[in-house]
Amino acid sequence: MYVAVKGGERAIDNAHAWLAEERRGDPAVPELSVAQIREQMRLAVNRVMAEGSLYDPDLAALAIKQSRGDLIEAVFLLRAYRTTLPRLASSNPIDTAAMAVDRRISATFKDLPGGQVLGPTFDYTHRLLDFKLAAEGSVPPAPQSPATAAPVPHVIDILNRDGLIEAATPDDTPDNTPPPDLTREPMELPAARALRLQAITRGDEGFILSMAYSTQRGYGRTHAFVGELRIGHVAVSVDIPELGFAVEIGEIELSECETVNQFSGSRTQPAQFTRGYGLVFGQSERKAIAMSLVDRALRWKELGEDDTGAPAQDEEFVLMHADNVQATGFLEHIKLPHYVDFQAELELVRRLRADAITLQEAAE
Amino acid sequence: MSLIEKVTATDTPLLTVAGLTKNYGARIGCADVSFDLFPGEVLGIVGESGSGKSTLLSCLAGHQRPDLGQIIYDGQDVIAMSESARRRLGRTDWAYVHQNPRDGLRMGVSAGGNVGERLMAVGARHYGDIRAAATDWLGRVEIDADRIDDRPRAFSGGMQQRLQIARNLVTGPRLVFMDEPTGGLDVSVQARLLDLLRGLVRDLGLSVVIVTHDLAVVRLLAHRLMVMQGGRVVEQGLTDQVLDDPQHAYTQLLVSSVLQV
Amino acid sequence: MNDATPEPAYNFAYLDEQTKRMIRRAILKGIAVPGYQVPFASREMPMPYGWGTGGVQVTAACLVPEDRLKVIDQGADDTTNAVSIRRFFARTAGVATTTRTTEATLIQTRHRIPETPLHAGQILVYQVPIPEPLRFLEPRETETRKMHELEEYGLMHVKLYEDIARHGQIATSYAYPVKVSGRYVMDPSPIPKFDNPKLSGSPAIQLFGAGREQRIYALPPYTKVVSLDFDDHPFQASKAAHDCDLCGAKASYLDEVITDDLGGRMFVCSDTDFCTDRQAHGKRGRVSAPVSGDAA
Repeated sequence: MYVAVKGGERAIDNAHAWLAEERRGDPAVPELSVAQIREQMRLAVNRVMAEGSLYDPDLAALAIKQSRGDLIEAVFLLRAYRTTLPRLASSNPIDTAAMAVDRRISATFKDLPGGQVLGPTFDYTHRLLDFKLAAEGSVPPAPQSPATAAPVPHVIDILNRDGLIEAATPDDTPDNTPPPDLTREPMELPAARALRLQAITRGDEGFILSMAYSTQRGYGRTHAFVGELRIGHVAVSVDIPELGFAVEIGEIELSECETVNQFSGSRTQPAQFTRGYGLVFGQSERKAIAMSLVDRALRWKELGEDDTGAPAQDEEFVLMHADNVQATGFLEHIKLPHYVDFQAELELVRRLRADAITLQEAAE
Repeated sequence: MSLIEKVTATDTPLLTVAGLTKNYGARIGCADVSFDLFPGEVLGIVGESGSGKSTLLSCLAGHQRPDLGQIIYDGQDVIAMSESARRRLGRTDWAYVHQNPRDGLRMGVSAGGNVGERLMAVGARHYGDIRAAATDWLGRVEIDADRIDDRPRAFSGGMQQRLQIARNLVTGPRLVFMDEPTGGLDVSVQARLLDLLRGLVRDLGLSVVIVTHDLAVVRLLAHRLMVMQGGRVVEQGLTDQVLDDPQHAYTQLLVSSVLQV
Repeated sequence: MNDATPEPAYNFAYLDEQTKRMIRRAILKGIAVPGYQVPFASREMPMPYGWGTGGVQVTAACLVPEDRLKVIDQGADDTTNAVSIRRFFARTAGVATTTRTTEATLIQTRHRIPETPLHAGQILVYQVPIPEPLRFLEPRETETRKMHELEEYGLMHVKLYEDIARHGQIATSYAYPVKVSGRYVMDPSPIPKFDNPKLSGSPAIQLFGAGREQRIYALPPYTKVVSLDFDDHPFQASKAAHDCDLCGAKASYLDEVITDDLGGRMFVCSDTDFCTDRQAHGKRGRVSAPVSGDAA
């Protein structure tokens, strides 16, 4: 005898309870603290802040704990939280030239004013699993030297002085209107460069990485050199109308990458290198470099280049599929009940088969 | 009605082009092109690659914006028109036959669907009638009626081109742009296609602007001819006159280099 | 029935007032141009994109404390998605909720229109995954926008033509495209085509929200909505050729339930409220089962 299924609410409650248990894991093992994640999983925290479009290492660490380490789930949590926050003000544009650099390298010049500063990088490590890390122990302090107060100018500006590289256009907007806010207005295509950069910086790192990689493999080559990669802290200031001047409210860690790309030019227009730009919260090198390659690839139209049909040149393809929260939501929604629509399809197929079989039998 | 009758019957040109110019940076695409086209008239534009004929066609059909000049179609200023008005023109009064039929067909849609699309776009809502019209047109372009449900992928190059023509003509456009319609087809197939085109143009009273590097095509189809070189029109006039008695050195070169088979 | 007291930390119905204002503007535009997809700045919601955020944002913008909310998924009040969304609003808005279609002032639905005819004053909010009816024929948004602007819908009919040429009939069974007020072609969300006739001439306001795709569209009351077809292949709102085995209803959309592993099956109204109500009034089907046990 058929009894209509009920109990959806209880099932959900039970599922959540089990989830909480799984999240905690073996109770004999010490619980992970938000501070531990913030300090010792810093690169994961950076990624969550970048894709969550919210600079708050503690919240990002909490989101990672709550999501059991699923970073896209953590990004989702952070974004949902961000939506509820009131907007108090907009900061002034930050000045990355004034960055207190921890890491700063250039592939285009052997040496440059400010020097090649390696910073805390994996680059030269040998990728051998270090079993000493399995045992907790203290880390010997790294050698120190006094910090230089000397300015660290953007190396691209040196090329710029001789007109060797295209000017960094302040924006596509001629009258200095601020760029649109992707979290407040729907994405509209075609998109100006500012909007594209916004979408990419908060886009999925894996996706942007793959798109950038594809340009290096022939799907729309842009011949990229890393002109400069700098990572460090930058001050954030806000104009206070009541005071009549700007006040520094704090500092954030940023990764900035400027690539020097294939030169353009014609008989009338002298040759110049072209630019790609990447900017990401936290130390997020891979993302910053990938972002600048994708930025450059998407600039083909304004630089008068050919559309080779490469995916990374296709603005709509890149921007519409970069958001991993949207992507996973839609992907995973196919787990939801679809039996009503499926029923409709079932009826259709049955009907078509019935018609076809009738025809077949009539023919015999 | 003979051409003479047709031309003299209406003394207003269907298409007037004045001073049309398009540059690509420092390079000339086409420069200072002017002509009138009357109802029922076929104008051939010839020249080698790089002569500017494709640029000219592309500007005329509204695919590119010229830098200078005017295009007046049936009293309307085509360049000043909104994009939506131009697109509407492109699916009613105008037709465009691409050199590569793949560019002018929906390869994933059946032959019948391809031909029926323009009808459906202007409101045809009876499946049987649409199918009948498609069948009729397939017949007119000498494609077997039983191929109506096949996809163009399964057709030969010549068949695809004929399908493209059917797809374009089904709604009775008045002006047809053709870009090297016989390019890429072998000689016997070309001949058949040209014959077909000539019949259709005559029966439907079409005005045609046809771009080609092949003088045999213009000899067969065009009433008038414009010869282009380096982006400019170097000679124009009645086809037979220009081909039999070329005045400009370049035209003479063109004509003399055609192999007489 | 009132599920819970609202969470004090959140604004009424979760969204801040500025956001609600923005969404209401989009809704008003949608009602002014029936069937036209209005872009809006979808906010991140606490449930994933693809799981009803568009519908939730529309509902949140429309709700007032006096509302009585019904949430259904696949026609049922008790499917997990419906439960989750109803709970969300109970927590953040504290509005009364109900499973009775006749008693609801606002109904949020996924993939079905209730069988019980709606009355004036009700709002039906649909969850929409892909708002663009032309999307699978033309993937570019820039191109489909132009097609709507210029009323270039030939491609849509080409698809229907191809179906008939290939299958002998139109092979779309859900998310069946419609023409609204003789102008815009619209995707009515993945409701079975059986539900399409209910879209037209309804006394209720029908709102469609697509969160991930950032579009809102609407049908004001008494709008003419016509399913696309050919004159000689007219639209048919078809369903399984059965009656409901529980309540005997002949004209309601049915879920097929497999009852044993020998392929035994029964057919039951997809609209649980409709079915329960009929049974409460003594209607019976082939399987004379008592009304199912209480909620856990």
